[in-house]
Amino acid sequence: MAANSHGKTNGSTRWVGTRPVRPDGVDKVTGRARFGADVHLPNMLVGKVLRSPHAHARIHSIDTSAALALPGVKTVVTRDDFNDLPSEFVPAGEMLINYRDVVRNVMAREKALFEGHPVAAVAAVSEKVAREALARIKVDYEVLPHVLDVVEAMAPEAPLLHEDLITAGVEPAPTTPSNVAKVVEFKLGDVEAGFAEADIVIEREFSTQPVHQGYIEPHACIANYSEDGQAELWCTTQGHFVVRGHCAKLLGMDVSKLRVTASEIGGGFGGKTVVYLEPVALMLSRKSGQPVKMTMSREEVFQASGPAAGTRVWAKVGMTNAGRITAGEAVLKYQAGAFQGSPVQPGCMCAFAPYDLAHVKVVGYDVVVNRPKVAAYRAPGAPQSEFAVESIIDELAKRIGMDPVELRLKNAAKEGTKAAYGPTFGPVGLVETLEEAKAHDHYRTPLKPGQGRGVASGFWFNIGGETCATLNLGEDGTIALVAGTPDIGGSRASLCLQAAETLGVDVERIRPLIGDTSTLGYTFLTGGSRTAFASGMAVIEAARDMIRQLCERAAKIWDIPVDAVEWIDGEARPAGSNAGEFEPLSLADLARLAGKSGGPFVGRAQINAQGAGPSFGTHIVDVDVDRETGRVTIERYTVIQDAGKAVHPSYVEGQLQGGAVQGIGWALNEEYIYDDKGRLQNPGFLDYRIPVCSDVPMIDTVIVEVPNPTHPYGVRGVGETPIVPPMAAIANAVEGALGLRFTDLPMSPPRVLKALGDARVPKAA
Amino acid sequence: MATDPSASIALRVNGKDVEGRAEARTLLVDFLRDTLRLTGTHIGCDTSQCGACVVHLDGVAVKSCTVLAVQAAGREVRTIEGLADADGSLHPMQEAFRQHHGLQCGFCTPGMVMTAIELAQSAEPLTPEHVREGLEGNICRCTGYHNIVQAVLAGAAAMRQ
Ligand code: FES
Ligand code: FES
Repeated sequence: MAANSHGKTNGSTRWVGTRPVRPDGVDKVTGRARFGADVHLPNMLVGKVLRSPHAHARIHSIDTSAALALPGVKTVVTRDDFNDLPSEFVPAGEMLINYRDVVRNVMAREKALFEGHPVAAVAAVSEKVAREALARIKVDYEVLPHVLDVVEAMAPEAPLLHEDLITAGVEPAPTTPSNVAKVVEFKLGDVEAGFAEADIVIEREFSTQPVHQGYIEPHACIANYSEDGQAELWCTTQGHFVVRGHCAKLLGMDVSKLRVTASEIGGGFGGKTVVYLEPVALMLSRKSGQPVKMTMSREEVFQASGPAAGTRVWAKVGMTNAGRITAGEAVLKYQAGAFQGSPVQPGCMCAFAPYDLAHVKVVGYDVVVNRPKVAAYRAPGAPQSEFAVESIIDELAKRIGMDPVELRLKNAAKEGTKAAYGPTFGPVGLVETLEEAKAHDHYRTPLKPGQGRGVASGFWFNIGGETCATLNLGEDGTIALVAGTPDIGGSRASLCLQAAETLGVDVERIRPLIGDTSTLGYTFLTGGSRTAFASGMAVIEAARDMIRQLCERAAKIWDIPVDAVEWIDGEARPAGSNAGEFEPLSLADLARLAGKSGGPFVGRAQINAQGAGPSFGTHIVDVDVDRETGRVTIERYTVIQDAGKAVHPSYVEGQLQGGAVQGIGWALNEEYIYDDKGRLQNPGFLDYRIPVCSDVPMIDTVIVEVPNPTHPYGVRGVGETPIVPPMAAIANAVEGALGLRFTDLPMSPPRVLKALGDARVPKAA
Repeated sequence: MATDPSASIALRVNGKDVEGRAEARTLLVDFLRDTLRLTGTHIGCDTSQCGACVVHLDGVAVKSCTVLAVQAAGREVRTIEGLADADGSLHPMQEAFRQHHGLQCGFCTPGMVMTAIELAQSAEPLTPEHVREGLEGNICRCTGYHNIVQAVLAGAAAMRQ
């Protein structure tokens, strides 16, 4: 592309790296932005779901006649309305899903597998009538023994969730079913030899509880199925193309007949990458012939969506007295919820990724239990395994009296490190984040008496994937940017900046929007920290496509060869004196002349983005522990992360701060509490306590920029990694304050008090 | 169908007299959203914890999921849609959230802004501690609160000018 001198990193950028006010800011502060539940259609019905009160029960029959007889009830759907689907795995975000299971998760078939599992749904003229109808549906359940704990579920005598589930990944294949869906293993070198080199070996067992993504906007959608078999769906989702695919599959439709529009999305963090209400709303609309709106209550969100996997992790790390880590080994047991597909594989991949190790072995078990099917949550799988490893690293540092940042620096993964999961890293920024940590004022400031300080690093590999984008040049020289990845944290701003940079035009001239599934080619969802990277690459490609067209047009107008035209600072110029003497033609000039000179300009890109840059971060935290109440207070927190290139630094900082605070919640308070019947006892923000404003301090951030060589401006994803280090960093800080190591999350006041009490007893004895 | 159990109520919303039908158990938040179609007031929970639904009732910030529509009859309600001036210029607190990137997804924002305005009016001068305590009833899952606290401090300062 001789005509384009832009779109290459040359160190200086005009737009990328600036902090303009976001394009959707006004709509979001005036209430004009429309979220999932904010649309009303004429004739709209209200859909509601009947959910299983049992954690595990065979469903013998469902009688909906009394519900249907209620005036105002338009239709009812049950398992009988959905065709069974064969076992088939497809990617969904960083996870895999199986349509056999999706159809069962959306509407229970043979059995209800968790409390809250949908069993039937109604559409009625009002919410009140819909609720009355639900109460009239008679379900004949045979309650079965249930299992919630991952280790208990692996026991031979455990109740089976799926009588036909044969463990994959073991040779020879087992002949009897179990709750273990899959075993995965990653190996590098020879761990036995590695441990033989070690002077110190520490092994520990850890546990983490399931935690919910906690997006404040509950799931919501509106489906409108028309007589000709076409349908429209409006929903809050991280990926409307993915929703289209799943819904079309479940309803037996062509994807072209289903048009899905992503509403503004009120948070997702991975939890809005799967379908729950959407296929049900479509089915209710198909059967009733009217639009149907469905929203979840917060209780339903907790009972039946998300969460992140609860886990048991055993890890072992060996080290020489000089501080060289010689081997790492771990066994991860992850709850998948009612259907297989926990993020145990990424958990295995990430466990030891921050270290340059010759000998690694990680084995992971994907285990079904009678809980809601887990969904992605920021860096799915990684926080749990890295919590274990980063806790042991801290203990090793203490054993030899070495500074924990120093120990990490000594062993840090860097360019050329071969990761246990396969790749050899290109340029990565872990060492840079550790150097920044060491030099940071936070790390050098002495602690107050009684406080503890912890550090931990974290890793996420980041993803790319199928992505389309379009730039439509308007007749006045302004541009509509159409992307297919829902904007969850300000990505529209970062896409505009990348387009402006490439085109050399003012960012104010670009108006972004998220196109529906009919306006663009297939675009994978917002997740895996891929949007700024992959949609960014697509936007840059689309801008280059437009520049090529603009240069061709200028060449035609000037009647010179196209390679005698170059695009500089937003205008076509003759390339050198040989090309001829012409006044430059700006983007606006060419836009104005478009009709007369050959037609409109549309820049397009359809790519499968490869080469996402792995992302590393290091966190520093100071805590104070109230010895009377057991409450851990976060006194100071600093996040340091490699962004590759921060396109809009404010939004990068926002991701780092938000992820860290979610990690604080995970570390200190958040957990699901079940009774002995397998019923969730805390399905609300009152008893499932996510951090509020007064729980946390300001979160300092330092952005390190080690460019990702495959992206023109060096972008890596940033959204996932910040949730990885907090749990270990905080546990390490609590250990510093109390001399007690917590291996089980959350470190909530009752647990801390108990640990303090237990620790006192032997002393007194 | 049973006879319509709803009754007509009249109130002032964002400076305009409005009328609509509400049942005795209809919540103000549902009346605003479903009857008046003012969907800027959000619903994030069932237990009055999240604060996404905060509006001003006679100038006082309330969670509109804890108030019955009939309780608002004859009173003055202001929602996020009613903050900007008639000429379209934003309220200083709205402007501060926008300028200071006090939002990511923006779902908590209307409630945050409504709570923050009351906070700015009630304590002077606002300290970061006031802000953190004052926003305890408004949950944000995206931002970690850092930029929200900055935005509220800046918005409060602008309101005093
Ligand atoms: S919806 Fe009113 S506080 Fe959550
Ligand atoms: S910005 Fe998303 S909940 Fe606050």
